[in-house]
Amino acid sequence: MSAEPVLRIEALRKAYGATEVLRGIDLAVARGEVLCVIGPSGSGKSTLLRCINFLEEPTSGLVYLDGEPIGYRLDAAGRRVRDAARRINALRQRIGIVFQAFNLWPHRTALGNVIEALLVVRRQRRAEAEAVGLAMLERVGLADKAHEYPARLSGGQQQRVAIARALAMKPEIMLFDEVTSALDPELVGEVLKVMRGLAADGMTMVVVTHEMGFAREVADRIVFMDGGVVVEEGRPAELLTRPQNERTRRFLARLLAPAGA
Amino acid sequence: MPTFDWSIVARYGPTFLEGAATTLAVSVVSTLIGVGLGFVTALARLSPWRPLRAAARAYVEVIRGTPLLVQLFFLYAALPLYGVRLSATASGVVALSLYTGAYAGEIFRAGLTAIHRGQVEAARSLGMSYGQTLRRIVAPIMAALVLPPLTNEFTGVIKWSSLLSIVTVPELTFAAYRAIGETYSAVEPLLVSGLLYWCLNDLVVAAGRGLERRLTRHLA
Repeated sequence: MSAEPVLRIEALRKAYGATEVLRGIDLAVARGEVLCVIGPSGSGKSTLLRCINFLEEPTSGLVYLDGEPIGYRLDAAGRRVRDAARRINALRQRIGIVFQAFNLWPHRTALGNVIEALLVVRRQRRAEAEAVGLAMLERVGLADKAHEYPARLSGGQQQRVAIARALAMKPEIMLFDEVTSALDPELVGEVLKVMRGLAADGMTMVVVTHEMGFAREVADRIVFMDGGVVVEEGRPAELLTRPQNERTRRFLARLLAPAGA
Repeated sequence: MPTFDWSIVARYGPTFLEGAATTLAVSVVSTLIGVGLGFVTALARLSPWRPLRAAARAYVEVIRGTPLLVQLFFLYAALPLYGVRLSATASGVVALSLYTGAYAGEIFRAGLTAIHRGQVEAARSLGMSYGQTLRRIVAPIMAALVLPPLTNEFTGVIKWSSLLSIVTVPELTFAAYRAIGETYSAVEPLLVSGLLYWCLNDLVVAAGRGLERRLTRHLA
């Protein structure tokens, strides 16, 4: 195994006008590692994920996938130059992302959602794509819903289809952006179970989450973000039980305190 | 008391039917061109590039702000002064297409804006290009949203095409005027043409409803 991490983030900054959402992030994720990102809302967690697959263009800094800068080339002088759209699309295929709002396509069945990119981007034959698609739906426990349209599925089922859709491209890394936050409490478990399975299979994952139980149990490392910077990082047992930073302590105290306390 | 003269209907029946066929043909062609034009206009209006946005907006405002009749006369009577000579039917189709394009553009803009950004981002995040996303995701989701207002627009085109009679396109209203001129009776020709317009629009609405059922299967 090479020493190069799958994902490396260097001095990443993102500003919208005068508002700086990310103020210099440095992170590396090793192959097979599960990294959980926690922090208050507005701390830049989602923006960080969206910069990784270039849904947002970083204002400065770079994200590398297997040592390749995402969205940019470096010229002879080492400056970033915007990359061709084709290369960006090619890199995106190697990064799966699952969104809080599922974002399934309503005009395609569950299977149709899963195989769309295989047909259009990978130009696979339909039969071949459907075999992959069914296997992916099987993996998230939804083979029996293959021919249902999203409108007929529960939130938890939709989110599992969305995970299958991302997995179908055989990504090197999976990004999860608060994927259980829009779900009814009783549906959260089925989605987390799928994610646990992925982690157990060795998938490299970056998980933005408010599910501290999941983070404690599945994460190899937890990063606490606040105000656009990484405030603290560490192994779950340490960071969650003995946070070193005052902001981390306050955040965890608020989160773990009973409501209204 | 005037009685309804059926002999006029019998005598001018074929003329009316030919006129109705012309009306339908002109309307279908103009709607097809107009829908294409409208889609491009909507994309342009949502483009990040300002000159493109401004051009699309100017087009919509000029067309929406001036009467179709004036636009038609401009194409038919004023353009030849600048060396562009269009036949009556061609100028009619161009005028109706431009007119439909502006209105369809606004319908498409509403449809595009109603599509969740997340559905587009999901496509892009899987490596789909802008064009692939437009063709495979945006267009079909939008089609289901815009079909009812577009059907409405199409029934409008069928009726607005009656203005083409003024530049001598031999469509349905032109046929009615001819019958009026030759028989000095206005009631029968106007009633018959009105009924035929209604029939044409019933066809359009039925076709629209059928297509809508197909496009919204997933919402059942």
